[in-house]
Amino acid sequence: MSQKALVEFKDLHTEFYTEAGVVKAVSGVSFQIRPGETVCVVGESGSGKSVTALSLMRLLANNAKIVKGEIIFDGRDVLKLKPHEMRRLRGNEIGMIFQEPMTSLNPVLTVGEQIMEPIIEHRMFSKREARKYAIELIEMVGIPRAHEIVDAYPHELSGGMRQRIMIAIALSCEPKLIIADEPTTALDVTIQAQILDLLRKLKSEKNVALMLITHDLGVVAEMADYVVVMYGGRVVEEGKVMEVFKNPRHPYTEGLLKAKPIIGERKERLYTIPGQVPSPLNLPLYCHFADRCPYVMPVCKEQYPDTFIDADGHKVACWLHAEGARA
Amino acid sequence: MTVQPEALKSSGQNSKMRSKKVDSPWRSAFRRLLKNKFAITAFIVLIFMFLFSFVGPYFSPYKDAKISVRDQYKPPSAEHWLGTDQLGRDVVLRLMEAGQISLLVGLAATGIIVLIGVTVGLLAGFYGGWIDTILMRFADIMYAIPTLPLLITFGAILSDLKFPPDQRIYLIMFVIGVISWMGLSRLVRSQILSLKEQEFMLATEALGLSDRRKIFSHLLPNVVPIIIVSGTLGVAGAILLESSLSFLGLGVIPPTPSWGQMLSSANNMIDFAKRPWLWIPPGVAILITVVSINVIGDGLRDALDPKMKR
Repeated sequence: MSQKALVEFKDLHTEFYTEAGVVKAVSGVSFQIRPGETVCVVGESGSGKSVTALSLMRLLANNAKIVKGEIIFDGRDVLKLKPHEMRRLRGNEIGMIFQEPMTSLNPVLTVGEQIMEPIIEHRMFSKREARKYAIELIEMVGIPRAHEIVDAYPHELSGGMRQRIMIAIALSCEPKLIIADEPTTALDVTIQAQILDLLRKLKSEKNVALMLITHDLGVVAEMADYVVVMYGGRVVEEGKVMEVFKNPRHPYTEGLLKAKPIIGERKERLYTIPGQVPSPLNLPLYCHFADRCPYVMPVCKEQYPDTFIDADGHKVACWLHAEGARA
Repeated sequence: MTVQPEALKSSGQNSKMRSKKVDSPWRSAFRRLLKNKFAITAFIVLIFMFLFSFVGPYFSPYKDAKISVRDQYKPPSAEHWLGTDQLGRDVVLRLMEAGQISLLVGLAATGIIVLIGVTVGLLAGFYGGWIDTILMRFADIMYAIPTLPLLITFGAILSDLKFPPDQRIYLIMFVIGVISWMGLSRLVRSQILSLKEQEFMLATEALGLSDRRKIFSHLLPNVVPIIIVSGTLGVAGAILLESSLSFLGLGVIPPTPSWGQMLSSANNMIDFAKRPWLWIPPGVAILITVVSINVIGDGLRDALDPKMKR
């Protein structure tokens, strides 16, 4: 706990300027990732989890703007870096794995060439050294016949293999942090498990921190040290994974956990959280979850809740946990 | 039984690597091209035209540009297969030498078109913003200049300046290139714009690759099919444009021959009516060359079309 944070989001606000109006995709997100730690960011579509990651990489679309806040990476404010400094950071100190392994590789280049690129770019390897290293990386991510695969084109590989290649690319420069944006969503279940195993194994071997973005609580349970639950562009709950799973404090987290199917238990219908995600166009000033919350109180519709921290560092943004709220 | 293929794979690594190469996008496009009989025929015809023009003169019994007024305007015979022209030069040899010029002009002009067009298209598409605006408005302006008046003026100026005829062809190549690159640059730009939205370009961004690497190793290989196809068709266009210019006396001028310039003898009523051996052969040469290049271009387009991939 006392260890210095590798990444620290401080009150991040990211907005998109669309024709329909300003979308506050992320408003006031703060959390930390410590070196070597796996932090899962959980939330449904549109909760701002991907935007948070892209803000760190500064890869947002042109109509997006980070209006407020700081992102400290390894002692530097990422948002204040010059473009060429940012470029040194990307790929070199922060690796990224995308959701769609089918489209994230260039179809006209061999996978070897694509693994070699960041190494040549950031590590100044010669082509021959880079190729040798690329073959090692392909072996490392568990693909047999690495000597042949290095010359294969993406269309010759399966989705799982491509995702392994993406992991090899992300790890190639030995970054301090890997951002994985739903890395297993596009894969089938058995491959998902393999990819997660691989990520976990490599993470502990290389001691990199992992920021894993997902909506799958199964993935969270398997991978995370620490969980950040996002809803409507804000962090509603964060804490150590065991804490959050055993003792969810926010009604939204509680709902998510209830909605999860349990093996061996047959239900007529899985639990669903009533209502819908509020439109990101005009989020209410009060608690975003208030309209769907089973425990809603008058105060919930008046003011956005403060963040309450318990003794274990388990944080929650919910009025239920204010002094003497739940009578 | 199931072990056997595995064993094959690991034992013959070299042969496996070679068979892997066959599956590269370029190789499979090449295989598709080989299946296109029209394109292959056209390709053979085109190679024949090149051989005829560049190797043919060595087999001709006549010497280059040898003038003999005695042999003027001879009709085709066993001695002169396609007769002789107004200066008694053998038309077959003349046709070969003219072919060299016409084909060279076509290739060189296309080289310039590809160089300018691809550079402009890549830069405009990749950087966007004001770079895009400046480059594409410049292309619009180039489009708006009427070609023929420009070339007529240009030809007149060159004649006024007594520009040496043998060096004039280089200028012609250059000018044809400089006035015809806009179509390709627009094509490349539009491709780049759509490629830029692909996820793998976001991935290159996330890897912190330099602009140079993004442009040359990620975008350029993706537009090569378009460049090949439109470059091939461009050769035909350039040959035609050179022919028209030379026909009008604005391009290659005598004594340097070119097919278009040979055609200009049809300008003359007597030659047109009485001496068809002067203008039919260069006309047919242009026709055959341009048609086969266009057929090859279409074949390449089909072979390289990414939508055709398995």
